[in-house]
Amino acid sequence: MSSIISVANLSKTYGSGFKALKNVNLEIRRGEIFALLGPNGAGKTTLISIICGIANPSEGRVLVGGEDIQSSYRKARSLIGLVPQELHTDAFESVWATVSFSRGLFGKPKNPAHIEKVLKDLSLWDKKDNKIITLSGGMKRRVMIAKALSHEPQILFLDEPTAGVDVELRKGMWEVVRTLQQSGVTIILTTHYIEEAEEMADRVGVINKGEIVLVEDKTTLMQKLGKKRLTLHLQGKLAALPDSLAQYELDLCDSGATLVYDYDTKGDRTGITSLLSDLRTAGIRFNDLDTTQSSLEDIFVDLVRTS
Amino acid sequence: MNHRAIRAIYLFEMARTWRTLLQSIVSPVVSTSLYFVVFGAAIGSRISQVEGVSYGTFIVPGLIMLSVLTQSIANASFGIYFPKFTGTIYEILSAPISYFEIVLGYVGAAATKSIILGLIILATAGLFVPLHIHHPVWMLAFLVLTAVTFSLFGFIIGIWADGFEKLQMIPMLVVTPLTFLGGSFYSIDMLPPTWRTVALLNPVVYLISGFRWSFYEIADVSVAVSIGMTTAFLVICLAAIWWIFRTGYRLKN
Repeated sequence: MSSIISVANLSKTYGSGFKALKNVNLEIRRGEIFALLGPNGAGKTTLISIICGIANPSEGRVLVGGEDIQSSYRKARSLIGLVPQELHTDAFESVWATVSFSRGLFGKPKNPAHIEKVLKDLSLWDKKDNKIITLSGGMKRRVMIAKALSHEPQILFLDEPTAGVDVELRKGMWEVVRTLQQSGVTIILTTHYIEEAEEMADRVGVINKGEIVLVEDKTTLMQKLGKKRLTLHLQGKLAALPDSLAQYELDLCDSGATLVYDYDTKGDRTGITSLLSDLRTAGIRFNDLDTTQSSLEDIFVDLVRTS
Repeated sequence: MNHRAIRAIYLFEMARTWRTLLQSIVSPVVSTSLYFVVFGAAIGSRISQVEGVSYGTFIVPGLIMLSVLTQSIANASFGIYFPKFTGTIYEILSAPISYFEIVLGYVGAAATKSIILGLIILATAGLFVPLHIHHPVWMLAFLVLTAVTFSLFGFIIGIWADGFEKLQMIPMLVVTPLTFLGGSFYSIDMLPPTWRTVALLNPVVYLISGFRWSFYEIADVSVAVSIGMTTAFLVICLAAIWWIFRTGYRLKN
């Protein structure tokens, strides 16, 4: 699949000497939803700011739709819609005026039908004449998305799109993002809600201390790094584990009522068969069992800790 | 040229004027009327004529310049400072628009406002004193040149300022004194010789002198020098803005 954004050897050092990005290389594929994960201060926003033209890079090169963001900034920027993390709005403008302003700013001719569609898709139509200052935080966030979509971008950056948005609205926003993807828009989102990345993304990139630690298909990543946990609910409580089971590193929980076994799905042998056989030999019986896959969050925490 | 973007910024800024009509237009008109009452009527009645023109009439160009200068700076500096303050500047910086177009939008709107304001004050002055403009085209040229130049200067202040205090500092501490000492209310020929020399270091003297010449054909310095000095200041402002955008000073770092 072709790249719509190509970041090569990108570094950013701030005036204070702080290195926010260190030799970042990243390819974003056309039409995908890419989730950029990273702890606070990892460089997510700096990376987005450089791609969108808000900050100057110190070194390196970025191509957007094959156009250099510096020498061919008009073409590059007109492809991008940006929803920044903070709620920056013109408090005294109406929703309609501010969204129409964004369209003009990006050099597009007036198109009230498009603005109407965007506002309706984001459930803002009945607020179109309201001043932004009168809107709730969730609505302001949607106004920012509407502004970014006003000029029909091919790429949409969502920097923490659902921060401070309630659960229902968040799901609504995910819907909007999916619909956009179906219409061919490439979406790059940064988020603290790992479940969001897990729910939405085709690929996941992890950035930490200004370096890209990993970029992977989400499903591959989960399979590759994912651990599973087998929980056995015992018939009777155990005071202690018999020595014959010592090799499995089992945890005895709930005052001896459940046994927990973590295993790696990457390994050739998970050890489940022999564990169950050894349990039987030891005379330990159970009523029920379940297995759970570790979440992207666990994977993420592991990665950030070790990088 | 992204003319739609220039238009969008320009109309956005002009819309702000209509929203704040009292502050933008009415308040300068009221204060100018007060100047007429205080200087024109109260003091002017004791000064018969300055260089063949009645005192009330003499101060009209200076009063217009006073407002145009301060309002150009205030409008342009606030226009660009406010998006920086609220963070909405992100959109301007990420739009497919050149620096020149950004300046054209903001400075164009600020200058338009002060030109409108200057003309309103001129009309207001006409209610108080008889006016005759010898060179209306030159008068307009000086008005436009000054409005654009000082809007550019205001734009620079707006970029430089990182707080509301700094935003007020230059207009309050530098521009207002220069304007008052620049011959708004008197001919610098009325000053003692030493102070007259000092006054010639004040760029505002040249603006007011040239502007007054377009009204009454009386000037403290030659018209060519007035135009030259104003243009020089315009070029300095343009160079500063070019440097700001080239380096991303206080915008992109």
